[in-house]
Amino acid sequence: MLRFLLSRVIQGIAVIFSVLCITFIMVKLKPGDPLESERHVQEHILKQRKALLGLDKPWPVQLGRHIANFATFDFPPMLKLPGRGVDEVIIQAFPVSAQVGLAALAIALTIGIPVGALAALRPHSLEDRASMIMATFGVCTPSLVLGPLIALVFGLKLRWFNASGWFDADDWVLPAVTLGIIYSAYIARLTRGGLRETLAQEFIRTARAKGASESAVVFRHAFKLACLPVLNFLGPTAAGLMTGSIVTENVFQLPGLGQHFVAAAQNGNDELTMATAAFYALMIVTFNLLVDVVQALLNPRISLRE
Amino acid sequence: MSGLSKSPWQQAWQRLTRSKVTVAAMIVLGVMIVTCVVGPLLSHYDPNSQDLELKAVPPQGDHWLGTDPLGRDLATRIMVGGRISLLVGALATAVATIIGVGYGLIAGLSGRRLDAFMMRVVDVLYAFPFITFVILLVVIFGRKFELIFVAIGAVEWLTMSRVVRGQVLSLKNLEFVQAARAAGAGFWHILFKHMLPNVMGPVIIYASLTVPGVMLLEATLSFLGLGIQPPDASWGVLISEGAASMAVYPWMLIGPSVFFTLTLLALNLIGDGLRDALDPKSSLD
Repeated sequence: MLRFLLSRVIQGIAVIFSVLCITFIMVKLKPGDPLESERHVQEHILKQRKALLGLDKPWPVQLGRHIANFATFDFPPMLKLPGRGVDEVIIQAFPVSAQVGLAALAIALTIGIPVGALAALRPHSLEDRASMIMATFGVCTPSLVLGPLIALVFGLKLRWFNASGWFDADDWVLPAVTLGIIYSAYIARLTRGGLRETLAQEFIRTARAKGASESAVVFRHAFKLACLPVLNFLGPTAAGLMTGSIVTENVFQLPGLGQHFVAAAQNGNDELTMATAAFYALMIVTFNLLVDVVQALLNPRISLRE
Repeated sequence: MSGLSKSPWQQAWQRLTRSKVTVAAMIVLGVMIVTCVVGPLLSHYDPNSQDLELKAVPPQGDHWLGTDPLGRDLATRIMVGGRISLLVGALATAVATIIGVGYGLIAGLSGRRLDAFMMRVVDVLYAFPFITFVILLVVIFGRKFELIFVAIGAVEWLTMSRVVRGQVLSLKNLEFVQAARAAGAGFWHILFKHMLPNVMGPVIIYASLTVPGVMLLEATLSFLGLGIQPPDASWGVLISEGAASMAVYPWMLIGPSVFFTLTLLALNLIGDGLRDALDPKSSLD
């Protein structure tokens, strides 16, 4: 277990390290000077500022400093937002994204798993067909279509919620419902597939043969294995949801991480762009690690020596 | 049975067309493609010419799907935008398929060390926040049409490479490949004559499932204002314009949304159908 965990942690660090390097290189390749501004600045002052910020050093030195900043969680103030460090912005924006993301995840799981399980237990029945048709629609409806429609109906027409913005305590509802509906469709399909495959296996027949009740067969024996595909899907999905769906935050104008990332990339706020990308990577790595561990605990056939 | 005398591809086609849902999806997609390619040629309206007399007309006789606030015919714009969306879908998928198949074949056929290394790279890339990279690429190198599909294609090849490598590994030690090797066949001969034809099935399945994903990514970029730039249209641009004015002109959102969603649905259903037809093992899910 320890060795497995260690190798996964190392792999995760490699991911974050390469994200830091690649975003750094991409930002450096960008045409234009970060200190360039409308006002004319005297040559020697510009030079001084560059020296102060370390921008006169060769790239590898700058990259080393950049990585050291992240390793020590010590961030210099941003050029475009003077006086604030990237950590401040992320600490402010993350709770918004996380609140919407967690709610969306809860909605997706509470709809997706029961619907998928019901469909799997009654294959080819009317319920099965109807729920899978719905799920196919859900999987194919992108959030950039569903989001505006939900905002139009519940925000602008019925006026139950604000159509956009982050003012009232219930402003998380519409974005969370948008994302929740879409992901519940994926989860329903995966649950159905996983459960049907598991129910067809030998150990289930054995359980039935020894006289276990249907509910015991499903809940005690089959469900653990049937959850594996869902879990696999949940790792990156949960990370993505927690860090904010870029499209949904744009549709509902939420001040979350996704919005900050797009704005930073467009305004040339390089520090924030790189920091958000690194934060995304950190979340994905963390959730994947969690999923790996849970999966190994659930499935005796996955050995932890890899 | 008569199926015995048919080639595997003919049998697969038969299985594919046996499913009514798949056939319906293929018809929908076909109609969609023909409409977008031919429709604008038959339309009386230019997709970009403005007519301020006809500002934001709701759907009616002359303008089936209405007009936008600049008086441009929405139906024509949807068809022209569909050309771009479908083109990006096809081209980016081609880029992703070429990279993925090449990478997978090389990893699968090369030695254990190189294979392990190449697959570790894929593992690491899988954990990348890709949407952020695509956005960065587009922001940094400009919003050029060619760049968009290269950027999208360059990030969508991972699953393809895994599938191809898995297939190659399982084929590598089969008798017919060993026989070819014993007969003196070289690396390239084995690659082109024995591996490529045998990985075509899974490649087709995953390529067909990549198309809707790629189209969605293009629409996402355009929706955020980072993809196709107005006045040019793609479905993402039109949905974005529709979302901006949905409070007053809801038809502007609904028209392109219906076209886009229908196309994605058809593409996904065709992908599922192909999977059932070409890979009988996976028919359970």
